[in-house]
Amino acid sequence: MALAQPKQDATEARIAALELPEGGWSAPARKDALARLRAMGLPHARDEYWKYTRPETLVSAEAPKAAVFDAGEAPIFGERDRLKIVFTDGVFDAEASDELALEGVEIARLAEASDIHWAKDLYGTLEANGQTPVERPLAALNTAFATDGILMRVTGKVSKPINLIYHHKSETSDAILHHVVKVEEGGDVTILENGPAAARFNKVIEVDLADRAGFHHVRTQGRDHERRAATHIFGRLGTESTFKTFTLTVNGVMTRNECVLELNGDDAVAHVAGACMGDGDFHHDDTVFITHDAVNCESRQVFKKVLRNGATGVFQGKILVKPDAQKTDGYQISQSLLLDDDSQFLAKPELEIYADDVACSHGSTSGAIDEDGLFYLRARGLPRGIAEDLLTIAFIAEAVQEVEDESLQEEIVERVEAWLLRRRG
Amino acid sequence: MLEIKNLQVKLEEEDKQILKGVDLTVEAGKVHAIMGPNGSGKSTLSYVLSGKDGYEVTDGSAELLGEDLLDMDAEERAAAGLFLAFQYPVEIPGVGNMTFLRTAVNSQRKARGEEEMNSTEFLKVVREKAKSLKIDAEMLKRPVNVGFSGGEKKRNEILQMAMLEPKLCILDETDSGLDVDAMKLVADGVNALRDEGRGFLVITHYQRLLDHIKPDVVHIMHDGRIIKTGGPELALEVENEGYAHLIEEEA
Repeated sequence: MALAQPKQDATEARIAALELPEGGWSAPARKDALARLRAMGLPHARDEYWKYTRPETLVSAEAPKAAVFDAGEAPIFGERDRLKIVFTDGVFDAEASDELALEGVEIARLAEASDIHWAKDLYGTLEANGQTPVERPLAALNTAFATDGILMRVTGKVSKPINLIYHHKSETSDAILHHVVKVEEGGDVTILENGPAAARFNKVIEVDLADRAGFHHVRTQGRDHERRAATHIFGRLGTESTFKTFTLTVNGVMTRNECVLELNGDDAVAHVAGACMGDGDFHHDDTVFITHDAVNCESRQVFKKVLRNGATGVFQGKILVKPDAQKTDGYQISQSLLLDDDSQFLAKPELEIYADDVACSHGSTSGAIDEDGLFYLRARGLPRGIAEDLLTIAFIAEAVQEVEDESLQEEIVERVEAWLLRRRG
Repeated sequence: MLEIKNLQVKLEEEDKQILKGVDLTVEAGKVHAIMGPNGSGKSTLSYVLSGKDGYEVTDGSAELLGEDLLDMDAEERAAAGLFLAFQYPVEIPGVGNMTFLRTAVNSQRKARGEEEMNSTEFLKVVREKAKSLKIDAEMLKRPVNVGFSGGEKKRNEILQMAMLEPKLCILDETDSGLDVDAMKLVADGVNALRDEGRGFLVITHYQRLLDHIKPDVVHIMHDGRIIKTGGPELALEVENEGYAHLIEEEA
């Protein structure tokens, strides 16, 4: 079907502003992705999948400017033993990064193109799979045009986390990064991500988990206000594998995080969670699509949004259970804490189930601070502001607790506390 | 210590009078019990005294140590020395019991212009008090009241009371949902806090709690008023004969 002319024009304008990296092992995948992108066209405000989030600033030929933000605090994860990999405005920063060597994992850069690479069969593959039944054109654009990214092949239990750190220094930077993580049988890795990446950031992570592989991902976005980000995580889960991702988002005028997972091996476990804190000019969209295609798998989606001063939160979450995916255990909850009447939460929870022996539950709520909790805390002498903050922490707790490592949980909560404290009059 | 005069209260949202003129004085060092059938206004009295939203005082006054309670926010009343042990303690996921206790203690100290308790000192005190209530380290670490049994929640209330050292303690149906052993543990905790300088207002349906926390004065409340006041024997009378005859007497 031919694209509508305006959509085609917008897509071509965006493509014209980019340069397709040539040569190397990734060239065929990039070419395919570009063809996919041209066939789909970039998202338009009238697309059903973009009903609650306006895509204009994410697809425009030029990135809208975004002021560089000085957080005035030490970056998260800074105190822990980790392997640092740094990108500034989407450009790899060798000086600031550690040597890309760690036991149990092979690490390489996408930009260092040779003709053969293990990632050849993976790069763009999970993204392409994730284009049905719902199109994700920004991810195809990413596969075609990504300038760099980290390729990680995990062969054992990696002793310390790999920390992808992003810096934003240019008001007009428009970064496209594509990471690939392949975890071999029995391997286990923790990936941490933090820092404002660019004025506009398009990021894809493809994660391929072999049988009994483990992947743990904790990411923070923010606290820069003016950035725009569209991120995708594509995951494929083998038998008895574990996939856990958590994102804390604070501030940000436009963020769309998509997570697309396929549970292909029996007894796999996938947890996708997020908490976001929005104040004022804030738009945050979590779009999740989990496909159960194997027996006895578990998936959880836990999303909490704290919204104030007219902030907007969006959740589109789907669990698709294929006919043979018996004994599926699916759970989905999306909740917002609306701290005033101006803020809004738009939620579209979906279940599509073709197997007959499954347990799936979902729920979505919007509410104010719990009055009973507030009275309880105040009756113990806590001033209203402190009491409200504690109840806000309590509200996001279910999502934060999806992070396995308790010290990471604590670090996340500290950041949220600091965010709340700055806003407590 | 606590002086309530002709307290009249209606619900804010609807035109319903709950308290119709309550007069009550609790002296320091004394335990007063309020008994009464469901809907008599007992819990409302405890909420109005501790500052819960949703009630409108239409007449009367309530003073704690000469200070006008009704003019203060809930947290100010707590700092002034009022404590309500909740009938249904609220669960606060994600907030550790210890953090909560310390925040409460130090918020009150700060409000009174006192020095805040440092963590070492706090830990020492809390461990000691928790031990006598059979609250273990695990329970102190867990999120406030989350996954606690009925008995654990009530013991946790008493631990908070012990840490905050209030002047006036209101116990709202503290015996509800407790088995005999748990009730004894809670009662022992309360009795340990009995002190010449501290007053208690114990709200209960049943006499059985009063076997363990012996009251000095017993009040019977009905239809928003205190209809009879007596000694501990009044509680026994209720136990044996119910409220009906007392209510008839009043009518």
